[in-house]
Amino acid sequence: MATPFSQNAGQAIPELAQQQRTFLMVGAAGAVLSAIGYFTNSTQFFESYLMAYFLVLGFSLGSLGLMMIHQLSGGAWGVIIRQQLGAATRVLPIVTVLFLPIVFGMHNLYEWTHEDIVAADPILKAKAVWLNQSFFIVRAVIYFVVWNGLAFILNKWSLDQERTGDPAIAVRMQRVSAGGLLLMAGTVTFAAFDWLMSLEPHWFSTIYGMLVGGGMLLGSMALQIITLVWLSRRKPLSDAVGSQHFHDLANLMLAFVVLWAYFSFSQYLLIWSGNLPEEIQWYMHRTFTSWRGIAMALVLFHFIVPFSLLLSRVIKREPTSIIKVCVAIIVARLIDLFWLTAPEFHKDGFSISWMDIVLPLALIGIWGGFFLGQLRTRALLPVHDSQFEEALALGPIHGEAKAAH
Amino acid sequence: MHTKHAKHPITYGLLAEFDDQHSLVDAAHRAHVAGYTKMDAFSPLPIEELHHAMALPTTKLPALVLAGGLTGALGGFLLQTWVATMAYPLNIGGKPMFSWPMFIPVTFECTILGAALTAVFGMLALNGLPQPYHPVFNVPSFALASRDRFFLCIEAEDDKFDLDDTRRFLQSVGAKEVSVVED
Repeated sequence: MATPFSQNAGQAIPELAQQQRTFLMVGAAGAVLSAIGYFTNSTQFFESYLMAYFLVLGFSLGSLGLMMIHQLSGGAWGVIIRQQLGAATRVLPIVTVLFLPIVFGMHNLYEWTHEDIVAADPILKAKAVWLNQSFFIVRAVIYFVVWNGLAFILNKWSLDQERTGDPAIAVRMQRVSAGGLLLMAGTVTFAAFDWLMSLEPHWFSTIYGMLVGGGMLLGSMALQIITLVWLSRRKPLSDAVGSQHFHDLANLMLAFVVLWAYFSFSQYLLIWSGNLPEEIQWYMHRTFTSWRGIAMALVLFHFIVPFSLLLSRVIKREPTSIIKVCVAIIVARLIDLFWLTAPEFHKDGFSISWMDIVLPLALIGIWGGFFLGQLRTRALLPVHDSQFEEALALGPIHGEAKAAH
Repeated sequence: MHTKHAKHPITYGLLAEFDDQHSLVDAAHRAHVAGYTKMDAFSPLPIEELHHAMALPTTKLPALVLAGGLTGALGGFLLQTWVATMAYPLNIGGKPMFSWPMFIPVTFECTILGAALTAVFGMLALNGLPQPYHPVFNVPSFALASRDRFFLCIEAEDDKFDLDDTRRFLQSVGAKEVSVVED
């Protein structure tokens, strides 16, 4: 099937190369500044790095999750962004390499890596079976093998499907996605426990992994809508992508906003009503100090504002307005990650460093550069997806065909 | 009145029959362009473009549902506040009587209840349902509207309505058959 949509995005939209260079330049400049930051204050560097890392890890893992959800559920929304989702998951090898600084910074980040502290603390001593450095690294290797494996196999089959059009491949992808989603739920939960929750090793919350994972889905959806808006302003996608597609994607994003709020509030309500000393300390640091302002900002800008805006049909259908909501949501994601990490290092009150801004920019630059590089090598749309025609029928092409008819 | 109707039936309008949804959408759009305003289309399946083709006003339902949801939220929250602080105050775990975080789950449920009930009954009310009688039922072939036929009815009340002109118009836009609807 040779349609204008089966050509490579890099050929169809030459500006992509320019855009990729801009991202890589931001990434390189950010990396240089970050290196300066590392030599002036290495502890702050690792703190900011952990926060920034979770944002870009979320872009890849959230996209992997969305890709598998789409394999199982079908739907025009997933067909339209399927190539973008694939490109985002193929950045995972880079994301894996970017994990190394966290391994090197373990001592700066996690108090359970200090033997003297653990020896003096019976609770940490009991938890040392799980929270010890070698097992921490072994688990990280397992997570990355699972994620990279799923991303590799699904992308390989997706490309095979594009080349051969063999319908049997779709069935295989579906089967792997069913098991893959279960594996993702487990690995993302434990990765969130290991890398974020263990910043405060006495505290525990079983919903925490879902909370972090839900945030990843939300951030990825916002990112993919931004990318789609950019691509669909140019030929030939401007002929294929219409307001109905944005409406569907934005509705799904609204669902993720509500999901995040649901997880967050559930965790808060249970801990608040139980009122147990070992559980409430986590919220005490975050709401009974000047961190409260950030907590309030999250309620407002991570839930109330995007929720209210996304109720509007007009905003959801108009690319120029939905892209603004998406950018705001990604900023809110970063504030959420800031609120999850920074209060552990600054328990007395609000504190922000220039590295909290530079490191996210550096990692977004690097991640975005590799993402656009992947995107350039792919076809614009998955013309062999079994629902490709249906997905296209929702867009402007259908309208033109009808007018001619 | 009834006997008078039976003797001299009043013309309600003209009903045009179409074979498929595209002809119906096309005809409805051309009727709108030609200046007809009092008309209605009937189809066995929902056709989203029809709304735009006939340039119908946007529905008030979303606003009603929002109002229903907010009423539910406020009602649920106030009911719990009243019960917990005034009607039946209980000390639970030494927490303040007005423990609003505890009220949120029920407030949420009441929001959904208010919004869902408004959506269902608001939709019925705005559509004028249930409607046991409508003049178009008098055309025998109209029974097919729930199977595989598509209909457009231009009402006699329309300023532009003229029995012969409108009939010719409907035939010109592709109606398979045009019948007079009597009330």
